[in-house]
Amino acid sequence: MPLTLHLTVNGEAHRVDLTDPRPTLLDVLRERIGLTGTKKGCDRGQCGACTVLLDGQRVNSCLVLAASADGAEVTTIEGLSADGALHPVQAAFIENDAFQCGFCTPGQVMSAVGLLAEGETGGDPERIREGMSGNLCRCAAYPGITAAVMDAFARMEAAEGERADDRARTEDRARQGEPA
Amino acid sequence: MTDMIEPVSPDTLANGSAHVRLGSNAGQPLTRADGRLKVTGRATFAADNRPDGMLYAVYVSATIARGRVTHLDVDAAKAHPGVVEVMTPANRPPLARDPDAKPHPFALKVDALQNDRVRYAGQPIALVIAETLEAAAEGAVLLAPAYAAEPARMDEATGEIFATEIAGFGNPALFEKGDVEAGLAAAARRVEARYTTPAQYHNAMEPHAIVAAWEGDRLILDMPTQAPALSTAEFASFFGIPPQNVLVRSPFIGGGFGSKAFATGPYLLAMLAARMVGRPVKMVHRRDQQFGPVGHRGATRQTLRLGAAADGRLTALDHTALSTTSSFDDFLEPAANASHNMYASPAMRMAHQGLRNDVGTPGAMRAPGEATGSAALECAMDEAAEACGMDPLAFRLANYAETDPQTGRPFSSKALRECYTAAAERFGWSGRPLAPRQMRDDEGRLVGWGMGSALFPCPMFEAEARATIHADGTGTVEISASEMGQGALTALAQIAADGLGIDGDRLDFRSGDSSLPNGGIAGGSGHTATAGSAIFTAGADAVRRLAEIAVADEASPLFGASNSGVEARGGRLHRVDDPSRSETYAAILSRAGLSSVTGEGKGARDPAAAESRAMFSHGAVFAEVTVDPDLAQIRVTRLVGAFAAGRIVNPRLATSQLTGGMIWGIGFALHEETVYDPRTGRPMNADFAGYHVPVNADVPSVEALLVEETDRHVNALGIKGVGEIGITGTVGAIANALWHATGVRVRDFPVKMETLLG
Amino acid sequence: MNLFDYVRPATLGEALGAAAHPGAAVLAGGTNLVDLMKAGVARPERIVDISRLPGLSEIETLEDGAIRIGALVGNAALARHPAVKAAAPAVAEAVLAGASAQLRNKASVGGNLLQATRCAYFGDPASACNRRVPGSGCDAKGGDRRGHAVLGWSDACSATNPSDLLVPLAALGAVVEIAGQDGTREVPVAEFHTLPGADGDAGGPQLRHGEIVTAVRLPADAARFAAASRYVKVRERTSFAFALVSAAAALDIEDGTIRAARLALGGVAARPWRAAEAEAALTGKAPDAAAFQAAAEAAMAQARPSAEDNAFKIALALRVAVRALTLAAKGTPERMPALPASVFAPTLSAPSPSAPSFQGTAR
Ligand SMILES: Cc1cc2nc3c(=O)[nH]c(=O)nc-3n(C[C@H](O)[C@H](O)[C@H](O)COP(=O)(O)OP(=O)(O)OC[C@H]3O[C@@H](n4cnc5c(N)ncnc54)[C@H](O)[C@@H]3O)c2cc1C
Ligand code: SF4
Ligand code: FES
Ligand code: FES
Repeated sequence: MPLTLHLTVNGEAHRVDLTDPRPTLLDVLRERIGLTGTKKGCDRGQCGACTVLLDGQRVNSCLVLAASADGAEVTTIEGLSADGALHPVQAAFIENDAFQCGFCTPGQVMSAVGLLAEGETGGDPERIREGMSGNLCRCAAYPGITAAVMDAFARMEAAEGERADDRARTEDRARQGEPA
Repeated sequence: MTDMIEPVSPDTLANGSAHVRLGSNAGQPLTRADGRLKVTGRATFAADNRPDGMLYAVYVSATIARGRVTHLDVDAAKAHPGVVEVMTPANRPPLARDPDAKPHPFALKVDALQNDRVRYAGQPIALVIAETLEAAAEGAVLLAPAYAAEPARMDEATGEIFATEIAGFGNPALFEKGDVEAGLAAAARRVEARYTTPAQYHNAMEPHAIVAAWEGDRLILDMPTQAPALSTAEFASFFGIPPQNVLVRSPFIGGGFGSKAFATGPYLLAMLAARMVGRPVKMVHRRDQQFGPVGHRGATRQTLRLGAAADGRLTALDHTALSTTSSFDDFLEPAANASHNMYASPAMRMAHQGLRNDVGTPGAMRAPGEATGSAALECAMDEAAEACGMDPLAFRLANYAETDPQTGRPFSSKALRECYTAAAERFGWSGRPLAPRQMRDDEGRLVGWGMGSALFPCPMFEAEARATIHADGTGTVEISASEMGQGALTALAQIAADGLGIDGDRLDFRSGDSSLPNGGIAGGSGHTATAGSAIFTAGADAVRRLAEIAVADEASPLFGASNSGVEARGGRLHRVDDPSRSETYAAILSRAGLSSVTGEGKGARDPAAAESRAMFSHGAVFAEVTVDPDLAQIRVTRLVGAFAAGRIVNPRLATSQLTGGMIWGIGFALHEETVYDPRTGRPMNADFAGYHVPVNADVPSVEALLVEETDRHVNALGIKGVGEIGITGTVGAIANALWHATGVRVRDFPVKMETLLG
Repeated sequence: MNLFDYVRPATLGEALGAAAHPGAAVLAGGTNLVDLMKAGVARPERIVDISRLPGLSEIETLEDGAIRIGALVGNAALARHPAVKAAAPAVAEAVLAGASAQLRNKASVGGNLLQATRCAYFGDPASACNRRVPGSGCDAKGGDRRGHAVLGWSDACSATNPSDLLVPLAALGAVVEIAGQDGTREVPVAEFHTLPGADGDAGGPQLRHGEIVTAVRLPADAARFAAASRYVKVRERTSFAFALVSAAAALDIEDGTIRAARLALGGVAARPWRAAEAEAALTGKAPDAAAFQAAAEAAMAQARPSAEDNAFKIALALRVAVRALTLAAKGTPERMPALPASVFAPTLSAPSPSAPSFQGTAR
């Protein structure tokens, strides 16, 4: 049963023609679209290497039937940093040596981005450890991963704070009739 | 941890190559050179390759432990849409080398469809090639193998026990010194205990993967390998082609831990498949296929007998191991050998026996022998300390080996005392109550502290490298080293930059494919030392050639200096007697009308040093465990290790290697175990939901301290190794902490709740 | 994975029609079904993707105070929902103690209810399994059954139900709403999975082929326990592991007396094990260690090991039940613990001094 899917991946529209509905989202990304940054560590939802954002939420792409994701928006590791500037999570991973071989890393990074968006851990290391436990790392870079997520959280908070300050200043100026 | 990342001050090498200095790049805690690639998904692993016209292959795993395959429904598989070809023993193209031959002692027999025999569950018995991965996978199901099964031999009762002269990679299986029985008889305190460790599988996050393509009789392979250049000869021998006809590209390895060092049956099948269909073929193992033909840590049963005098000094140390191997090959986990070099004892005996079971052949897995053996040894030492009424650390210090207990040789360096002190202090060991069950946290949970000593040899293999200085003053260093997370691309490049006397950002470090000079094998914790030595000497050789030109050139400010009277630094040669007289590499080369100079180097152990010294990295690990007193759930709440491993090329990366190894110790102690069905030999937990490895929440606090150590014998660079030592010591430390928390001596790994529930 | 047809019906009616087709399987989040298809355990001829059916993704509070949870509500969304957190905090805690964040984002309530056992022999098509192929035998016997059931098992099957969510749902008397082509019906969560019987009957979910679960309904009286309810999960690593044993406890305590109690155990049987005897034993008692111990003993009175090496689960389950009751009596924590349902969560430990404690017996 051939079928055609439409996916928006990293902001770009893709049409994918399949000869049958078996491929998972992971295999469509890797083997059809050619976005191989997302990794396959177990293919069974047990390791997190294949983590992507599906309509904004972190999921294991190896257990998503691609057909069921037709029309969805997907963000992969390739879509995280625009114009070569690293996402704060990516930068924090490098600085905290949050990986060794790097195979689990795309999944870890996407999971961390998802976790920060969920906004339930704050900078609490124990909550971060729990929230990142769906991502195995056989190199066992866990201390670095936890430190990196805490670090990224702090940076994003600070940046958010600055943005809020900027907004406040802009509003102030607006009130005083100055051009923004 | 960060406060331990201190740049090491530059120094000049003690021996040889005096005109280049190690230390302006090496020793710095640089972040990873490949960090950006890895966090953006642009680091290319083998399975990421998709050459034009590529097909997918999936191999079929045997589901019985022993017997014959009597039928495969090839027609059904071929009838499935997209299936291109099915390979079985009936049509498998010939190989130039018998997969069951052992042309050299390290060769392992592999399963490449040589016949219809099944020797273990998980063995490849057929291969399906298809246009899509999905079709290949379904084709594999449709083959629906039928078997004539023979009874499985999965334990000591059914397997054959055999005597052996060799354990591990060519090590003698027996070592005896003094009279063990007399030592035991004379002891004031004796301990005898039996420990078991299960089969463990490496389970790197990257499954074994290969993309194989033939161009005429040239074989192009994208695959992760811990020995890119070495493996070409191995693969070539199976196809009767010269090694230079094989190109192995392995820029990134998603973890190896010993499993990606050798040719495997499935790899050969993928190469055969590509030849059969005349198209590139990609084959990636499923996770369950990582539990079979790619080696594992063989199960052990170990018995330790220790005798100690009233003052705690050992009178005898007896360590015997029964190591499980396959029915058809001989690799034995050299567990007892872990007792050779750790503690001083007048009488020692370390011996091995083999047990044949219907499992895949085991092999090297992160700290082979040392991990299993030190787990048992450190537990037994703890039991002996208890028997002597001594603090475990004091007991170990009483048995500190000033010279190597096995050979009597002096150590090339040994800062183990400093490790004990540093780790004990950081951990807060002093004041630990001797008796168990004395400590609780403020929620009433039991808390225990334990420790263990860590040790790992510092082997060197053989490696070659090439270094070039270009007319623009930049450098290139080439070596087929392996980046598998240990940080080769970073640390080796740091050494390379120092070897060439240039800044790291002026260096082009080329690695990861077999056409480059042979970088040896990334294993045995000897890669940085071996490849690093080759790289450094290659750089020094290039600088020497450059210096020769300069000192002979009247127009050079260096004219007249002797070759060793110059020093390379920051892309310039300086006169040693007058550092203000210097010249850039570019100026020297341009005046000489040369576009580059190239040097070559080799890395290997100095045989004289090997004869005269015992060479080991050492460490001490302290563990705190917290145990729920009613429900017996365990958490390793704190691990502190201190390690002395000679020169540390990159403290940031070394620390990660060490903490990673220590976390493997958590997995060994508490989680990892393969559960085989006794009737079919199938690993029933062959996935990450069943075969547990630690998750992030299992690791609240792990610290590795680097203890300074200068070693003038191990190699010219003074580099030892940090890849494997972290797991040694840690397993015992955790088990000992568990006893301290609960009063229960755990002797079977991994620790199970029911052991504590009583 | 075999070839199959994929259909994505637009309405529940269409879905019921499509699902009636022999060989059809319903797909929600896919985290279990796709997994089973990869293992070759499920080989459906037709996938009926219900994941976008309208009207099944809502959580609503009904007039009588009951909470109706649509079958397609995501596990993570369920745990985050204010009404659920307020009325049934143990449900939120149980969900958050299960699987991983990624899986919880995709997994649905209906899928969680219907997820298959994790018995390794069930998951291995080369093994005989009455649950997979009725009457084919049970290869778990004589194999690894360390984690298997200690309650309600039979010679035909000793597998356990792996769900965390179902344990508090069963304790609180939740009801499954089912739609079929012939109309709708309801089954209590605690009875939804039948226990194994004789002659190769492994039991299984009470869902006829073609039926679709539309919702799970928490009764209004669940809320009376909101101030004192907990979920405790014992597993073999700190996170991302199925329960070896778990318990959900909920108490309604007034003036130092238990007015009503709810207790269910996970990991011990083919379904979440509602312990009615224990609940009865607690009613009218003071919430103290003796009462909890007696209740837990009542809950486990019928337990017997299904294998040589799983008797420990009986002792363990008893203690987990005591712990869950003890902690429930201390009150629902204001904020979800960092490690939900874990004995290492600060608010979850504090074993009562009189609780049994294992003895250090050197072997
Ligand atoms: C690695 C891993 C770890 C896990 N750990 C845990 C854990 O610790 N605790 C835990 O509780 N769970 C755990 N799970 C299981 C997980 O919770 C389930 O996979 C999930 O809840 C299933 O939901 P789904 O929507 O994805 O179901 P699907 O996969 O879509 O469906 C599962 C089954 O339910 C049927 N089905 C689904 N919806 C309906 C419906 N509305 N009507 C009729 N039939 C329906 C399907 O046909 C299928 O048979 C784990 C899963 C994985 C992969
Ligand atoms: S215990 Fe049940 S699920 Fe497991 S193999 Fe036996 S019948 Fe199947
Ligand atoms: S590859 Fe998807 S979770 Fe492992
Ligand atoms: S970095 Fe190697 S698996 Fe995580």
